Amino acid sequence: MSGILIYSELEEAALGLLTKGRELATKLGKPLSVALLGNEAADQADIYFAHGATQAYVGDDPNLTHFQARIYAAALAQMVTQAQADIVLIGSTRRGRELAPRLAQKFSAGCVTDAIGLSVQDQRLVIERRALGGNTVSAKVITSQHQVIAVMPKLYDAEPEAASAGEVIPVSLELEPPATKLIERRSKEAGVVNLEEAEVLVCVGRGLANKDDLSLIQTLADSLGGMVGCTRPISHEYHWLAEDQMVGLSGKEPSPHLYLAIGISGQIQHTVGIMDAKVIVAINNDTNAPIFKIADYGIVGDLYQVVPKLIERLQQELGR
Amino acid sequence: MNIIVCMKQVIDLEQIRIKPNTREPVIEGLPLLFGDFEKCALEEAIRIKEVHGGKVTALAVGSPKLRDTIKEALAMGADEAIILIDPIFQDSDAMGSARVLARTIEKVGEYDLILLGDSSADEYSGEIPPRIAELLNLPQVGFVREIEVVADNDQMSEPKKIRVARDMEDSLEVIEVDLPAVIGVTSELNTPRLAPLSAILKASRKPMHEWRSDDIGVTAEEVGARASVVEMLSNLAPIQDRKGIIYQDVEEGVIEVIKALQQEGVLTQ
Ligand SMILES: Cc1cc2nc3c(=O)[nH]c(=O)nc-3n(C[C@H](O)[C@H](O)[C@H](O)COP(=O)(O)OP(=O)(O)OC[C@H]3O[C@@H](n4cnc5c(N)ncnc54)[C@H](O)[C@@H]3O)c2cc1C
Ligand SMILES: Nc1ncnc2c1ncn2[C@@H]1O[C@H](COP(=O)(O)O)[C@@H](O)[C@H]1O
Repeated sequence: MSGILIYSELEEAALGLLTKGRELATKLGKPLSVALLGNEAADQADIYFAHGATQAYVGDDPNLTHFQARIYAAALAQMVTQAQADIVLIGSTRRGRELAPRLAQKFSAGCVTDAIGLSVQDQRLVIERRALGGNTVSAKVITSQHQVIAVMPKLYDAEPEAASAGEVIPVSLELEPPATKLIERRSKEAGVVNLEEAEVLVCVGRGLANKDDLSLIQTLADSLGGMVGCTRPISHEYHWLAEDQMVGLSGKEPSPHLYLAIGISGQIQHTVGIMDAKVIVAINNDTNAPIFKIADYGIVGDLYQVVPKLIERLQQELGR
Repeated sequence: MNIIVCMKQVIDLEQIRIKPNTREPVIEGLPLLFGDFEKCALEEAIRIKEVHGGKVTALAVGSPKLRDTIKEALAMGADEAIILIDPIFQDSDAMGSARVLARTIEKVGEYDLILLGDSSADEYSGEIPPRIAELLNLPQVGFVREIEVVADNDQMSEPKKIRVARDMEDSLEVIEVDLPAVIGVTSELNTPRLAPLSAILKASRKPMHEWRSDDIGVTAEEVGARASVVEMLSNLAPIQDRKGIIYQDVEEGVIEVIKALQQEGVLTQ
């Protein structure tokens, strides 16, 4: 029994996983296939073949309505069995994160979620993920017969290869009706910016006293030609900024050239998101704030004094 | 409504130090506490109970220190606690911990709702709720930030459904879930109450059971280090090479930092 099976409800994530899957398939000598669930699944197979899958297992069932981990895990388990796959790679989206452990449990298998690195060492698949709340990165191997790995969705880019064909294999699914019902889907206020593209990122935290004062932060970002992000309390508790502007373990992990932390204490769940920034600058009125420990440059002071001075000086220097 | 809340004691992550030469974390002897997500799960359970009656049971697997840690759950308002402490459980992987929790929940028997943190503060794996749900063959919903008990009829005493809002990447999904169910929550759900000192003192008078492997019928074949199927090769802090130049004077800091950023070439002209 052997093979790599890839699944994500997010096409972009599944295609990115195929890029890495191709490398793993070659190194481990395993076939690479993709699982497609839902009513138009079969029509989409070609794009996966063009990205390196040699088989597409496709299945549909009236019980695959809205995403429900119990039903989707059951469907995927049937595909894993039919494909004789022992390595399952899933996009670690919110849905994927709920799905992967449940699928693993069906096979009494080990699982790793939120993987940030995959490599083959001594014919074993070594998986990296963050541990201790982001303080460390651990390297793990799964020793059960099946391995289920949920990989961060944007870790690998989609890379089409020279046109290739594959085989579509229908799977007749047997599923129970879900014990859940989707009542409504409320769309979220989307942020106007995509933090992952930021070269300069100005993040603000609970040191900001009022929502109105965000204009000060925005002005600073503007004079640096950057974007505004925030800590979890600002977006999720106060709702001063959109939720996709939150940086950290449970949010975005951008890698800008310059990152400024303004009124942010520097707790690990936030700072883990900006570890890849080239230069880190911190402004905080508490000289003992942990953010200073990971900063390249810091200014100890009240942000309401420091930020206007920075803006003034930048405008002089840069003419903005 | 009988609610079981699974709570994990984790070390205070703010206090972890990294050995500079080896990049290993130093975690020995650090204080243990419950994570924010778990406290929100407990808070919600207590609020539901206050309206709909029933019982809240806090459940935790961990080291002997749990005997102390669990008092916070009782002081906040759990009616009863079950802690699972046994050398056999040590070094369990997520599957092992989920087995211990699921077996305990089966033994407790009467439950309508199982609340957990969506992910734990230290592991942040989100594996336990789906695994427990699979072991108990129950529906599961994660990333939940609102819970509302739905009355099927006029009798509020026996609700069989809840309505939850779960936080997806680009939307909130409102879902009706038949009970019993496994729900993983995030910190947006509520603000957990602080246990008053008087309650902490009284907490030890509430029922607290300590169970071992034979109480729930699990063996070292199923849990602990021997049954673990995930092996950790290494666990090190990433290399961080930061300059650490901190200015205590604002005027000087502003001038020097901008100068430095120009030299670093990170100020686009
Ligand atoms: C499982 C889990 C996941 C999480 N994921 C994330 C995540 O992805 N992203 C995230 O950000 N958080 C996350 N958190 C929350 C995180 O632990 C912290 O609570 C949060 O990052 C703190 O935000 P903060 O620094 O803005 O607030 P605080 O910690 O309250 O810090 C505010 C800082 O502002 C300073 N300050 C106050 N006034 C001024 C002033 N006038 N001038 C200058 N400085 C001032 C203070 O000295 C203080 O250091 C998560 C938590 C958990 C449990
Ligand atoms: N040892 C444990 N004892 C009790 N509950 C746990 C334990 N480990 C995990 N949990 C619960 O499962 C949730 C998710 O944890 P994790 O799967 O480790 O991210 C936690 O927030 C807890 O509610």
